[in-house]
Amino acid sequence: MAKKTLNIVESAYRAVMEEQDDTILWLLAAMQGAGAEHTVVLRGNAVNYAVAGQAMPGLTVGEWKQTQAPRMDNDVVDLIEKRKIPVFVIEEDLAARGIERGELAPGVQLLSSKSLPQRMAEYDIVSHW
Amino acid sequence: MSQKTFAVALMDAPYESENLTTAFRILDAMAQRGHNINVFAYEGASGLAFAKQAPHPNPVHGKNLAEENHPTTKDQVAALLALAAKNGGKVDWVNCGMCVDERGVGEFVADTRRGSPADFHTFCEASDNVLVIPTK
Repeated sequence: MAKKTLNIVESAYRAVMEEQDDTILWLLAAMQGAGAEHTVVLRGNAVNYAVAGQAMPGLTVGEWKQTQAPRMDNDVVDLIEKRKIPVFVIEEDLAARGIERGELAPGVQLLSSKSLPQRMAEYDIVSHW
Repeated sequence: MSQKTFAVALMDAPYESENLTTAFRILDAMAQRGHNINVFAYEGASGLAFAKQAPHPNPVHGKNLAEENHPTTKDQVAALLALAAKNGGKVDWVNCGMCVDERGVGEFVADTRRGSPADFHTFCEASDNVLVIPTK
């Protein structure tokens, strides 16, 4: 049985346009496909990944156009539904940014910062990205 | 609108930050207006014009090479040069030579060149304005 890993993702919107995804969420999806057992906690600015309906225009430079700009909420839903990776967001970080629970993508769960240490103790590995 | 000359310093490496997306949006706007642009690609940014960059498929996205259409900064640099030329502006894209050597990225897209910090000094002296986008 694979070791259970809790991934706390704090770095957000770093090179997502050039990579067309978030490199950590991508990595976890790829590892899950290889048999890993991951859980994701979005904290800090990364809680915004869970906001449904976000979109960003692709980059255009002259005749060159980006056609596959990232959709971070879709990637979060993909983790939950297709990869079976639970995704939590720190509710205090949502509140600090004025994001309501109803704005979140389906399947995203709330987690209080106070309960995070207890949650960490349930995992074999904790990775803070 | 009169033609201006801008000096732009970039530092971020490809695929490491959002700074370059912002930079290319600004550079595109400059070139659309026919301005002259002098770019000093420093440190990680010296890899922006590296000619051996290659797009890839993305199995996590479930997309093949064509469907993923993965961006490469070398294509963005080439598009910038073409756009400027079309609109009557000039781009002098200088890749810091020592930075290039450190990274082994000495093969550039056409019409960019190897240079040194002295080029950035010259760019600043000749510019109407200077934009520095540093790495953080």
